[in-house]
Amino acid sequence: MSPVAQPNGAATVVTGVIGSDTHIVGNRILSMALEKAGYKVVALGALTPAAEFVKAAVETNADVILVSSLYGQGELDCRGFRELCIEAGLEDILLYVGGNLIVGKHRWEMVERIFLDMGFDRAAAPGTRVETVLEWLTRDLAAGRRRATEAAG
Amino acid sequence: MPTTTALLIDFGSTYTKLRAIDLDRRAVLASGQGPSTVATDINVGMRLALEDLGRWMGSLPRFKYRLGSSSAAGGLRIVTVGLVRELTAEAARRAALGAGAKLVGTFAYRLTAADLERIGALAPDLVLLAGGTDGGNSEVILHNARALGASALGCPIVYGGNRAAWDEAKVLLAGKAVICTENVMPEFNVLNIEPARAAIRDLFIRRIVHAKGIDRASGECDAVLMPTPAAVMEGARLLADGCASVPGLGELVVIDPGGATTDVHSIASGAATTAGAVERGLPEPRVKRTVEGDLGMRHNAATIAEVAGVDNVADDARLPAQTVERLIGELARDVGRLPSTPEEHALDRSLARAALRLAMKRHCGTVETVYSALGPINVQTGKDLSGIQVVIGTGGVIAHSAAPLDLLETVLANPAEPESLRPRAPRFLIDRQYLLYACGLLGQAEPQAALELALKYLGDPLAEVTHERAVGG
Repeated sequence: MSPVAQPNGAATVVTGVIGSDTHIVGNRILSMALEKAGYKVVALGALTPAAEFVKAAVETNADVILVSSLYGQGELDCRGFRELCIEAGLEDILLYVGGNLIVGKHRWEMVERIFLDMGFDRAAAPGTRVETVLEWLTRDLAAGRRRATEAAG
Repeated sequence: MPTTTALLIDFGSTYTKLRAIDLDRRAVLASGQGPSTVATDINVGMRLALEDLGRWMGSLPRFKYRLGSSSAAGGLRIVTVGLVRELTAEAARRAALGAGAKLVGTFAYRLTAADLERIGALAPDLVLLAGGTDGGNSEVILHNARALGASALGCPIVYGGNRAAWDEAKVLLAGKAVICTENVMPEFNVLNIEPARAAIRDLFIRRIVHAKGIDRASGECDAVLMPTPAAVMEGARLLADGCASVPGLGELVVIDPGGATTDVHSIASGAATTAGAVERGLPEPRVKRTVEGDLGMRHNAATIAEVAGVDNVADDARLPAQTVERLIGELARDVGRLPSTPEEHALDRSLARAALRLAMKRHCGTVETVYSALGPINVQTGKDLSGIQVVIGTGGVIAHSAAPLDLLETVLANPAEPESLRPRAPRFLIDRQYLLYACGLLGQAEPQAALELALKYLGDPLAEVTHERAVGG
């Protein structure tokens, strides 16, 4: 069964704060908003190693992993995340990342580029609204379903 | 009026052990023992054990209950299969251990042809098949159901995986004896092992006891209710929780060093006592059993020395390392050997101390300080048993020891290993009469009598020492 062959509302999203980061509030608000929007949320909470996101996604057959990082070490923590997913058989899973991803002042375009190059599908700048994330999800999951149908047809 | 009596039987791997209980007076009337003869006819050993019991009792009464547990014929041999090793595969492992199983194989992800060959060679009594949360991954458990369904495996299969995949799995497993139970992990990181445990125990009573030839003793035994490790666990649970009319002892740990393994049971929430500790990993079951397959006083004496370090064992025993190595070699050749010389006694003591220390350390969780960009954080993995008030020692090594406290003190928390959450200052109780299994069995019929019996006989070794002193001088 393809992970994206489900109706939008039943999609499963794994959320958590990566690495040794304890900033849980924003991630919790996002998880609640996702649940309210009809997603099945697997919330891993703070201090979550990258491998744990992947293991949770495998076991729950998740469609999306949503990684938060607020303490500026995101680049280090997220390196190899896509490869880890591919290794675990999750080639097609959607990966989003958001927060204060890199310490210091950098142009957002540069930060975004770093994370898209790592294999993330979306990177959310500080201050991104929950509604924006929900819009991205609707669009990206629909695109994924289209791809799956075309591949099957 | 004749007294009401109960007979509790342990069909063990070496001995058939009996305890006759006076239910009215909550007293052990006598113990009897015979060889284990399950390989030929279980009744031979049972009759010899009854004869032995009769010698102590004069004549055998008409028992109101005759209940048995069994670890004969290799114990309850279970293979578990899950998806992710740390998640559903681990949950399945814990369910099997909690059911009193001897875990002979644990598998994760897709079963390969080689895995299936190995499972066939292991000849388990039962396979516990898990994988996927409810509504989660179904592809892997279906692959594994297909593989098991097409194999020549004859044993029953308990399905404790993704409920959404059961209808399909049932078809793939057609022709096998399959029982569907609740998922061992219905939601991510939610442990739900009680239903699987109950299903395994049910199969044990209905099929496995028969398959192993244990039910041939039905002339002398009304029912073989569970594997012996499960009976010990039930006894521990009864002692901790009490029953409707009698309170229990509260949270406790039972440690049981045996000839082949060392078992540890904890009946405790294991919640963090370190301020602000963040708990990581799979949630811990309140009733938890761990089995250390490399820590056995006879069959695995060599691995105890290997894990603990031959030099450490030698130091503790005050023997030269060469002597320790020679004696361990002799034990490996003759596992039925009991210590006779002072050297052998010293070695046995040190092996027991090492096995107890290591088994408790592995059963208990750890807390470590992680330094993050935001300062130190305490991260706890596993159960925090540092505040446990009662530790019970059972098994021959402890029961027969002249100084059981000298053995048991090694399970305590050690300031040199602050990360290990072992009990700090518990009270030690000794199961001198090997009654925990009997209380676990009797508790199924008469919980209050079983509990009061256990409370009466689990001597407090400190009290005993005082008593001896009083008598002696």
